[in-house]
Amino acid sequence: MALLELHDIVKSFQKDGKPVRVLDNVTVSVEEGKCLGLVGQSGCGKSTLARIASRLTEADGGKILFDGSDITELKGNGLRHVYDGLQMIFQQPESSFNPRRLLGWSISEPLRRHGVSEGDCRERTAQLLREVGLDTDYAERYPHEVSGGECQRAAIARALALNPKLLICDEITSALDVTIQREITALIRSLIEKGMTCIFITHDLALLNDVADSVAVMEKGKIVEAGSTVDITSHPKSSAARELLEAALFEEGFEG
Amino acid sequence: MGRYRGLFPYALAAGLIILLAVFAPYLAPMDPYAQDLSLALRPPDSVNLLGTDRYGRDVLSRVIVGSQITICSSLLLLVATTVFGSVVGALCGLRGGRLDTIVMRLSDVFLAFPEMVFAIAAASVIGGGIAGAAMALILISWPKYARLARGLVLTIRSMPYLEAARMSGSSDREILFDHVLGNIAGPILVTAALNLGTIIMELAGLSFLGLGAMPPAAEWGAMMSNGRSMIQTAPWVILAPGMAIFVSVAVFNMLGDKLRDVFDPK
Ligand SMILES: Nc1ncnc2c1ncn2[C@@H]1O[C@H](COP(=O)(O)OP(=O)(O)OP(=O)(O)O)[C@@H](O)[C@H]1O
Ligand SMILES: [Mg+2]
Repeated sequence: MALLELHDIVKSFQKDGKPVRVLDNVTVSVEEGKCLGLVGQSGCGKSTLARIASRLTEADGGKILFDGSDITELKGNGLRHVYDGLQMIFQQPESSFNPRRLLGWSISEPLRRHGVSEGDCRERTAQLLREVGLDTDYAERYPHEVSGGECQRAAIARALALNPKLLICDEITSALDVTIQREITALIRSLIEKGMTCIFITHDLALLNDVADSVAVMEKGKIVEAGSTVDITSHPKSSAARELLEAALFEEGFEG
Repeated sequence: MGRYRGLFPYALAAGLIILLAVFAPYLAPMDPYAQDLSLALRPPDSVNLLGTDRYGRDVLSRVIVGSQITICSSLLLLVATTVFGSVVGALCGLRGGRLDTIVMRLSDVFLAFPEMVFAIAAASVIGGGIAGAAMALILISWPKYARLARGLVLTIRSMPYLEAARMSGSSDREILFDHVLGNIAGPILVTAALNLGTIIMELAGLSFLGLGAMPPAAEWGAMMSNGRSMIQTAPWVILAPGMAIFVSVAVFNMLGDKLRDVFDPK
């Protein structure tokens, strides 16, 4: 069963007073317990699609179904309930945290907002930190006192606090160096193996081999190719997918 | 800690002025309201260090007690304006939409008037002495803070941590108080500190014009107004409160300048 379905999503932004179409009738869905990789060149509309899926940005048209219900128009409390099951992780780990709050405070924020007591919050925060591979004393640090990779782990911990069904990861490894990238991808993969559903956005097709079950390739606001990860990374049909693959192999060559 | 260098003397002076204002009744050597016409208009001597006014009241005691009205009212006024303006402005920045448009147009209207002219007009319409003057000043100064807070919110509005907070189930109010205000407080505090001197001056100005504190209240502006006609014959009556205003405005302005250096080292 599909956990998240996006139907005919349309979105334009104003550029120099003229509307520019950024998403053009995008239809895509992700099966429960699977990971969908979303790839495309910079500027093709991946983040916009992710933000529309999580209702941080309003679409101009189309429909969003999450867990069987239409969330396209939800507001206020209804939307808050959606976020119990749907979480997003962002590209820049440092700016994902309030610079004036301890990481522990931020990680337990979803719990506090749901009426969990201070003591239980502390306990659960420690458990979450261990789950993402951080020492529990990271709760007492500020975002600027940890590395980018550690900060991204903390962001994953926060996203997991309410046991969501779906994680939307928008280029969560782009700001990190290669070894850390692999560790974070492995962490996401282990979550998927425990039953998490995931949308993994990247412009690095090579990364998807490790994490995604299926892949959708985007180009200029459209999905140009979709299929299993193996198919697309071994026999890409669209020129967009071929270019991304070449770029990925090229980089791999440099890394040796 | 280099950034804090130079802040200390002004913070100390400002602290002393505020302490003086709070404990003024205990510090005044004489009763500031006790009249004795036989002692009227004495120049400064060892008994009345700053002389007496035309009712024989001790000017030093009146200046000290006057600090309570002038400084404390200005501080309260400043806090009220800053909090109200910032919360309104931050909400506008966060929510956008119609609330934002209406409030910003309204603040345009207020900002289009010269401050003091508007304050004089508002104070005479509102009436009611010092409280009315304070209301008038709140009315003219909140838009400054609303604009500032709104601008600051716009710079952080698209930060992922606010979106993460929303996805954590935080309400607008929780986002405002737990995430936004703390991150925009620095520049607002500096503006407030720089504004205190102006407010002291404006409040005293309104009293001077008879639109604020009423006689016999020992308030610096009202005291200057009383001493106006004697500036040639008994200059100490007007000079003492005048100097008090000058010194406190200068101290608070310099403190504001130093605070700005600390928060915004560019
Ligand atoms: N808030 C906005 N206002 C105006 N234009 C926007 C806005 N957000 C995105 N765009 C435009 O929409 C297009 C798609 O942007 P988007 O961020 O979705 O791309 P992306 O695929 O995520 O790129 P990247 O790989 O660089 O993150 C870009 O041309 C961008 O300039
Ligand atoms: Mg993006």
